[in-house]
Amino acid sequence: MGLLEDLYQEVVLTRYKAPRKRGTLPNPSRISGGKNPSCGDEIELYLTLEDGVIKDVRYQGQGCAVSQASADLMAELVSGKPVEEALELAKKFKAMVVEGAPPAPELGDLVTLAGVAKLPSRVKCATLAWHALEDALKGAA
Amino acid sequence: MNPLVPREDFPIFEAHPDLAFLDSAASAQKPRAVIEAMKRFYETRYANVHRGSYPLSEAATEDYEAARATLAAFLGTPDPAEVVFVRNATEGLNLLAHALGEHLLKPGDRILVTEMEHHANLVPWQQAARRHGALLRAVPFTEEGRLDLAAFDRLLAEEPKIVAFTQMSNVLGTVNPVAELAKRAKAAGAVVVVDGAQGAPHLPVNVRALGADFYVTSGHKMLGPTGASALWGRRELWEALPPFLTGGGMIERVEIEESTFAPPPERFEAGTPAFAEAVGLAAAAEYLMRVGMKKVWAHDRALVTRALAVLKEIPDLTVFGPEGEDRGGVVSFAFEGVHAHDLATFLGQKGVAVRSGHHCAQPLHKRLKVPATTRASFYLYNTEEDVDRLADALTEARKFFAGLIG
Repeated sequence: MGLLEDLYQEVVLTRYKAPRKRGTLPNPSRISGGKNPSCGDEIELYLTLEDGVIKDVRYQGQGCAVSQASADLMAELVSGKPVEEALELAKKFKAMVVEGAPPAPELGDLVTLAGVAKLPSRVKCATLAWHALEDALKGAA
Repeated sequence: MNPLVPREDFPIFEAHPDLAFLDSAASAQKPRAVIEAMKRFYETRYANVHRGSYPLSEAATEDYEAARATLAAFLGTPDPAEVVFVRNATEGLNLLAHALGEHLLKPGDRILVTEMEHHANLVPWQQAARRHGALLRAVPFTEEGRLDLAAFDRLLAEEPKIVAFTQMSNVLGTVNPVAELAKRAKAAGAVVVVDGAQGAPHLPVNVRALGADFYVTSGHKMLGPTGASALWGRRELWEALPPFLTGGGMIERVEIEESTFAPPPERFEAGTPAFAEAVGLAAAAEYLMRVGMKKVWAHDRALVTRALAVLKEIPDLTVFGPEGEDRGGVVSFAFEGVHAHDLATFLGQKGVAVRSGHHCAQPLHKRLKVPATTRASFYLYNTEEDVDRLADALTEARKFFAGLIG
């Protein structure tokens, strides 16, 4: 698959156009955000935590397909998971896109973003929501 | 259509023959003449300037001062001492904001800029306003992307002490009527600073005729190396200004408690200057003067006219900036629903090098009501084929991202 087809797979484009986890939460226990100043991608995350488990994650934001799809897939993946597991997934995702580590199956549809590793200028787009997640979970584990 | 100059003059195109390089607004490619001039200097004339009495140092100093004279000729001043070498346009504007701020600004004073400025010609003035209790005002631009001259006149009535604006927008390609704006601003009593970072590489410039007090250039955008740029100012103003960076090279007498400073231009060149880079910059200016800036501009106009015509044919593509004689070789555009970043990545993979983001102009993009744009820019080594490759790649992109558009 060419680099472009690699990066902009069906999943990414569909999640960008028809996101599943966009929105806010009525009483979020955690809020965090992030911005890429060079390109204008931005994300605001809302989380509800209960007894060490992430009950739900929603996000608002704007930006490129990579940043927003990554946020949507991340929000879906970690919703319902314990905090420690979410942080592990964050590590695995970063290893995949930053270092080009083999995609971990636990990442589900996020493995379609593996191609980002070949485009260093887009790594910050893919990791934006994940850094916001890690910020939100500080002290929660 | 041929490029204005032989492509062989630019070694980068040997290394990348299939590259449609459309990002000269970010930085220009270098002619062999510039690379050779620096290589020759490093290999045969290199020593620190102004500080040695041995022949090699004198030779290097001669080359550095000759570079200053070349840039003075390029900018149209008979007085080389009016040209100060700084690292880049951003440093030049920081120098002016600090020095003019200290020299002129009192609490309540106004500084006038525009909404289309690059951050380099906005943030330093903003910070100077904060430091001195002054107020920053910005002239808006119209739907077409031209400065609102009625608003300019209204804001001039507030008698700003400093008026700073760009000669050519790095996003819209708009060429502002510099001489007219400078005349009005000076009549209102302001010191006038013109950002020529995009202007100087593309337009014939005569700083005396423009009527400004300071004119800022970007060396690496006008075929020069990174690290050296020419900053022009009127002699009387330079003489009145305090230094920005201090240290060696810009002093007369130094004691522990106090120092006196050298006359301009040395007063504004602290530390070891980028003298090898200045030699490269002079070679770039000579290259451009040999081609002729009128021809450079005509080439720009031909390419951007074609670009605007072919891009207009692409459905769903919004193209920003005015059409007309006051439009230089910069074209920013957007497909609704496709982020600039994604579009630029696609184009890049097709060998069309463009830039995406807000191009250091966030307030401008806020006014355009888009988070980011993709920008193509042309220079003397581009051809109509490059324009056509851009259009073809955009047409392909439209198909590739069809699910997202509209």
